Amino acid sequence: MRFQLTADQRALRDVLRGLLTRRFGGAALRAAVDAPGLDRALWRELGDVGFFALRLPEADGGVGLGLPEAVLAFEEAGRALLPGPLVATHLAAGVVPGAAGGEAVVTAVDGRLVEWLAEADVVHGEAGAAAGAVPLRSVDPLTPLHRVAAPAPADPVASLLTAAEQLGTATRACELAVQHARTREQFGQPIGAFQAVKHLCAQMLVRAEVARAAVYAAAVTADPVDIAAARLLADEAAERGARDCLQVHGGMGFTWESEVHLHLKRAWVRAQRGGGSTESEELLAADLVA
Amino acid sequence: MDLAYTPEEEEFRARLREWLAKVLPTLPPKPSPDDWPARRSYDLGWQRMLHDAGYAGLHWPVDAGGQGATPTQHLIYLEETENAGAPYVGAGFVGLLHAGPTIAAEGSAEQRARWLPPILRGEEVWCQGFSEPDAGSDLAALRTRARRDGDAYVVSGSKIWTSHAEVADWCELLVRTDPSAQKHRGITWLALPMDAPGVTVRPLRTLAGSAEFAEVFLDDVRVPVANRVGDENDGWRVTMVTLSFERGTAFVGEVVACRRVLGELARTARRNGRWDDPALRRRLGRLNAEFRALWRLTQWNVSEAETGGGVPGVGGSVFKLSYSHARQELYDAAADVLGPESLDLDRPWVLDRLSSLSYTIAAGTSQIQRNIVAERILGLPKGR
Repeated sequence: MRFQLTADQRALRDVLRGLLTRRFGGAALRAAVDAPGLDRALWRELGDVGFFALRLPEADGGVGLGLPEAVLAFEEAGRALLPGPLVATHLAAGVVPGAAGGEAVVTAVDGRLVEWLAEADVVHGEAGAAAGAVPLRSVDPLTPLHRVAAPAPADPVASLLTAAEQLGTATRACELAVQHARTREQFGQPIGAFQAVKHLCAQMLVRAEVARAAVYAAAVTADPVDIAAARLLADEAAERGARDCLQVHGGMGFTWESEVHLHLKRAWVRAQRGGGSTESEELLAADLVA
Repeated sequence: MDLAYTPEEEEFRARLREWLAKVLPTLPPKPSPDDWPARRSYDLGWQRMLHDAGYAGLHWPVDAGGQGATPTQHLIYLEETENAGAPYVGAGFVGLLHAGPTIAAEGSAEQRARWLPPILRGEEVWCQGFSEPDAGSDLAALRTRARRDGDAYVVSGSKIWTSHAEVADWCELLVRTDPSAQKHRGITWLALPMDAPGVTVRPLRTLAGSAEFAEVFLDDVRVPVANRVGDENDGWRVTMVTLSFERGTAFVGEVVACRRVLGELARTARRNGRWDDPALRRRLGRLNAEFRALWRLTQWNVSEAETGGGVPGVGGSVFKLSYSHARQELYDAAADVLGPESLDLDRPWVLDRLSSLSYTIAAGTSQIQRNIVAERILGLPKGR
């Protein structure tokens, strides 16, 4: 048994992190908030590096990797707050023309919402699933949302990739909180020297690392019950992590200028996707008496 | 990333499983929890069976008489013995998991030859004299005094939370040999014979009503200098060395057991009608997620120990914080399933609920663990 990242998997993660830091760092994030819209050039670059075609067989022009690598890629996307219907386009690779290479932006009904409907070229899934979708004023400035009347059936792989994005947010939120706690001084010392702040940060790490074990394991087994566990714990690690990160930032965390609120809002958006907490908990309960 | 076991690991599992199926039916009945001498002989009897079958000191180095098994084999051993309902390490705990590995790492050739074989053969029991009434979380503040007198140390003071003290032959004892040194520097590690004159053991009753541990009073007890492991005043380092034996396997059996209890809870809830309550179902479903994740985190930590040469990484404190909380949640959920019967000490899980309360306290409180995570892993500054 060797349940650790391989050298190739670490390299894949590092390459993506490098690309996203370069192409969607702090300044780009702020610019995207000020001028909403999907960056098609970045979308094609993601296509070029194989983000969407990652699991497509090499014979079909894909990268030929598996769910563990996809999970690592989506974790990086989650960390960077990368906008766009990433999960839907990834799942459409090899099915919807242009999806694999990032030429097409593909969205889908997930839960009772459709992300990026107006900007998407294709709505993947059951015909007419997004018909009559009603726009709402999205809480997340980087995720336009439409509501639909009937929820789409949850897809376990989509739910796992969402869990991976949430894991990225949980990890990033912990890092941001720690950075702030080490530098912000009050009462003559960094606030991170106070146990009340330390313990918030420690619990953020605990939730993120427990979720990481669940997400990576589910990527290896692809078992629906493992995926439900991963999603449940990753949703919680992201939502509570981003919230605690905001708390550690104090008044600055409550401002539009700080990026902390963007992590929390995105975590809320993802938590509404299919396979959320009620569904996962019921599935995990049924497993106990199966 | 891979969760599959190698053919060699599967073969190890198969052989162990076969052996367990053969020997477990031959075990005598379990002794009463209050009968310490009977518990001692039951636990040592099991250790002798392990020894005769070549499973004693599985995770110990070969040159210390162990089997030199990999962390993954150790994980498999703990998983299989728990699943088969094999006896717990019990009275052998301190000898096999702390004192023995400490002697193996830091003891002289004579000390290793004297103390290690009887631990592996199930002949001698060790207990641990670390904590004191005024040295709990702040262990290095311990005050039990040892002064040199010829070829012996004369030891006075008291120890607390000492499990198996009533039936132990030896105690791994931390004493202060230099009161003027900085607190981590003046400590020495001694092997105390529990039958030495001046040693008094007083059982301590836990909130569960049982005498699970004891206070040990030391009144001018003479301990030969030959019983010192490591140098004088180097006992803190000697003790901490053993932490490097931690390979992420500390709670393997318990996580396996908690997952079994969770399944039993769900089936009980189905029988008594509580299952119709969606809040209870979801509560148990969430616990299923947590214990599945804790099992995966165990596999992750064990794999890390295997690749990283046995040095524990981020895993230990993170795991303990999450596990100790989840275990308490599990038995609170059991009370939710049982309703009024959760107040009946004769019902299953009720005593477990009480004993689960120690998990966020023993071996480093959750508050201390959070400090460790924050300072050593996240790099936050120490408070003034």
